[in-house]
Amino acid sequence: MSFNPNIVGFACQWCTYAGADLAGNLRCKYPPTIKLIKVPCSGTVEAEFILEALRRGADGVLVGGCHFGDCHYKEGNYKAARRMKLLKKLIADEGFDSRRFRLEWISGAEGMKFAEVVTEFTNELIELGPSPLKKAVKP
Amino acid sequence: MMSFISKMFNETDGENTNSNISNPSPVDETERHTHTAPQHLEDVATSIEDKDIAQVKAEKKQTEKSEKLKFAFMLAGGCAGCEMALIDISEKLVDTLDHLEIVFWAPTAADVKYKDLEAYPDNFIDLAFVDGMVRNTENEHMVTVLRQKSKVLVAFGACATVGGVAAMGDLHTKDELFDYAYKQSWSTDNPDGVLPTSEYILDGKYNLTIPAFTDRCMTIAELVDVDFFIGGCPPHHDFIAATVNLVLSGEMPAKGTWLTSGKAVCDVCTRNPAITGEMRRPVGQVFRTVEGQPDPVKCLLQQGYICFGPMTQGDCGAACLKANMPCRGCGGPIPGIKDFGARCLTTIGSTLKDERTCDQLMEKYPQLAKFVYRYSYTSGMIDKRKSAESVPSRRNLP
Repeated sequence: MSFNPNIVGFACQWCTYAGADLAGNLRCKYPPTIKLIKVPCSGTVEAEFILEALRRGADGVLVGGCHFGDCHYKEGNYKAARRMKLLKKLIADEGFDSRRFRLEWISGAEGMKFAEVVTEFTNELIELGPSPLKKAVKP
Repeated sequence: MMSFISKMFNETDGENTNSNISNPSPVDETERHTHTAPQHLEDVATSIEDKDIAQVKAEKKQTEKSEKLKFAFMLAGGCAGCEMALIDISEKLVDTLDHLEIVFWAPTAADVKYKDLEAYPDNFIDLAFVDGMVRNTENEHMVTVLRQKSKVLVAFGACATVGGVAAMGDLHTKDELFDYAYKQSWSTDNPDGVLPTSEYILDGKYNLTIPAFTDRCMTIAELVDVDFFIGGCPPHHDFIAATVNLVLSGEMPAKGTWLTSGKAVCDVCTRNPAITGEMRRPVGQVFRTVEGQPDPVKCLLQQGYICFGPMTQGDCGAACLKANMPCRGCGGPIPGIKDFGARCLTTIGSTLKDERTCDQLMEKYPQLAKFVYRYSYTSGMIDKRKSAESVPSRRNLP
């Protein structure tokens, strides 16, 4: 059996979550690897949430927010961008592959983009293999 | 004890003079003086039917036993600074020594050996402090033994609670650490490149063993069950005194509690913009502590000197800030934080003004993990050497 990655997604309720909804309405096809968690804003996603997801065995984490200038709370996504940039560096410093963590700006109109991002991320994670933080996946 | 008994004898004699034994025979006299074993004296005490004295004696024995708490202090992989902090409670310590019986304090203060601790019955010690993290097999063994022998175990100081400075070594492999410590450092003189081994046969016949370096650092709570936590590098003496008083009063809080203030450094810092009535502004430029001279009154974080005050426990009374140095997080995380480093990034990330400042921060602190996890790497959630299975639950962290 091939490796099936487990992705935890934090999706902003105004943009990315609506984008995922649209992807469904448009009948876009993407692998069933992502588990979406609706959050008020990408700026509410703390670095601890992502580390917790990784520690508990997620193979990858996706944080989705609005494009710059589109944030419902004006600057939530700018804050998210800075935090995530620092976090990515921190994860790399700790010897963990920072490619397992991804930040994307997907608006409510970009259903196709959501499907594409998930497909691409899934393929990348298949290449990387299971997370070293979780028990080896039995074949 | 002897004076108490001799007093008892006198009283017995005096009492008996008035009744039947007015002139005791010389045989009796010698018998009394030669038999000095307590067993015999107790028999005498009961035989004279003086219940009051026997009772008082028994009660006194009882209270002597129950009043003194058996206390142990063990240094695991630490620097003994926590011991100094305990001694720093000065005259309060002298007062408490009336109530504490030190049964083990090694290897720093008391002349006791590990084998003495191993020989105690289980739950013999009422209160035990451990300072330092678990870094080698010796620490591992002794902490486990101490847990078995103690009723209450307190993880004392930054190392024991969250990992401490030495835990940053976990960002390197064992080979890297040994290579630097025993070969490359400027003070090393080791032409043969000898590295320590846990077992060594000297002169072909003496089998020597030393503790082996473990794969990674562990906090005390990761190894054994811990009852209470006191953060700080070292803990502040006011909170140590408060803890000792708490123990003596017998009113201990729920298990797993941090016996600290639980307030952030910013709460006790006089530079806090909330106190001075200043507006908080985003930080436009990041400085290292060696660059320039920060304003001695204004908030350091606002001036661009990255400070961990917002997420660190302020038992210290913002001591570093008073010396114009930013907080580096030795007090341990405030309640509600699962990962100190990640929370630092969350807070600092949203304080920065723009992307450019963010880049500047990463440029100035190229080892971001060592920066944010200076005292708490072991309690961080990501470690390449930990698998999900081996990571114990974080229930004991605040």
